[in-house]
Amino acid sequence: MRPCVRSGMAFAAILGFTLTVQAAGPSPERQRYLDDLLHEDCGACHGMTLKGGLGPALLPQRLRRYPRAFLRATILQGRPGTPMPPWRPFLSDADVDWILDRLLGVMKP
Amino acid sequence: MSTKILLSLICLWPLAALAEAGCELRGTGDLGVVVERASGSLEFIETTHDRLRGRVEGLGDLSHASVVYSRDGRYAYVFGRDGGLTQVDLLCRRVVKRVMQAGNSIGGAISQDGRLVAVSNYEPGGVRIFDARTLDPVAEIPAEYAPGRRSKTVGLVDAPGNRFVFSLWDAGEIWVADMGDPAHPRVRRFKGIGKQPYDGLITPDGRYYIAGLFGEDGMALLDLWNLDAGVRRILPHYGRGEQRLPVYKMPHLEGWAVAGRRAFVPAVGHHEVLVVDTDDWSLAGRIPVYGQPVFVMARPDGRQVWVNFAFPDNDTVQVIDTRDMRIVKTLKPGRAVLHMEFEPRGEAVWLSVRDRDLIQVYDTATLGLVKELPARKPSGIFLTDRAARTGL
Ligand code: HEC
Repeated sequence: MRPCVRSGMAFAAILGFTLTVQAAGPSPERQRYLDDLLHEDCGACHGMTLKGGLGPALLPQRLRRYPRAFLRATILQGRPGTPMPPWRPFLSDADVDWILDRLLGVMKP
Repeated sequence: MSTKILLSLICLWPLAALAEAGCELRGTGDLGVVVERASGSLEFIETTHDRLRGRVEGLGDLSHASVVYSRDGRYAYVFGRDGGLTQVDLLCRRVVKRVMQAGNSIGGAISQDGRLVAVSNYEPGGVRIFDARTLDPVAEIPAEYAPGRRSKTVGLVDAPGNRFVFSLWDAGEIWVADMGDPAHPRVRRFKGIGKQPYDGLITPDGRYYIAGLFGEDGMALLDLWNLDAGVRRILPHYGRGEQRLPVYKMPHLEGWAVAGRRAFVPAVGHHEVLVVDTDDWSLAGRIPVYGQPVFVMARPDGRQVWVNFAFPDNDTVQVIDTRDMRIVKTLKPGRAVLHMEFEPRGEAVWLSVRDRDLIQVYDTATLGLVKELPARKPSGIFLTDRAARTGL
């Protein structure tokens, strides 16, 4: 019961959020949050410096081999049968685009 | 100069040398370290007055870093994510030695006799063994489970009989390495223990090694007193076929949270702590908790169990009273509570709250906050009483 309520609230929050910022990309505050998330929470499996851990390294040399849409799907939906979890409940499309720009080295850290 | 004076000078000389170099003459029983992951530093702590004693820097990438202690409680061995192995002196508060031993590592252990330090590696997968005094390499155990295929190794612990035990994430195996002849470890393999072991622990008496499974429900149990009996699966189907939730952080098995004949372990992908009956290893209960547990730690007397949680619930800690399995307190220390460490006799517990750059100390009787200390993105907390405990 409680988890449902909570994820419902998170979802609502993200919806509201997405509506307000999607056009412009993440706000500076949201960018700071995403940057933390990338190194700390993604880093829990991919290494804080993203050089790999339980999950593979998320460095441009490796990731550039994949189509962007494939990487976006991996992040949003996860990879069933592996530990890679879906981030859809926490990240908007704009968030994931920002993260991918970072990971692919389109944007300097 | 009389011989007496000469003798006393000689006796005092090491003391003077210690003092001169900024070292202290004291016991280390109330000391410890906190890993500051982002800045690659260690904060020294002291639990008698709950205070900080300075820091040492330059330890590299310390995300997920863990620490074991020399048997005299003076030196901390720090296992960094970047493959760095660093020996730190708690009395002189400085790095004694540091080697880069692999590309990507995940924890380590110190042998029963204190002479060997073992490091578990993701890349290249396997365990490397070093001389605890010099950090010179002694042996290597590549986790090659099939020709040309090496597994990430996890759940490395020391075991009685100067053995190391660890699990192979990719292969689903447990390996027991006998270090009787340190340069030539004798390895015994146990295959088919279950899918994707994510971590392992050894019971404090050193008898049972238990690996948690990520790829399926259950745990794998190995009786180190009777290796011929092989690995036995315990707690199968604890998820009761319920949909597992996505896991945003792997749980950790560290120490053995036990009260009487009941032990407490995290359920993977469920908001539950599992209760195991240690007489027959059956599932004795399930305690609903706030989120997915990461650490499930018992106060040394077994009266309480403290639990922290994975993202997105990592701002919370819950305390379970083991008499009636009820949650007696829900604490909100702040975002990213990464670790909890009890003082040796259990009167207080130390928490790291990463995103608030804080270490907190709680009184375990009142469950009240007694102290907050600043630290840079703190993660693991390690006190020296681990020096005398098997598996830590
Ligand atoms: C619980 C562990 C875990 C967490 C947390 C995690 N990942 Fe992953 N991730 C994995 C694993 C394991 C794989 C490899 C999956 C496979 O075997 O195909 C992976 C794969 C990926 C890939 C594909 C890489 C490749 O080479 O195939 C990307 C991109 C990725 N993760 C991004 C992220 C991002 C961004 C985050 C944080 C928002 C994140 N991951 C958090 C475990 C994790």
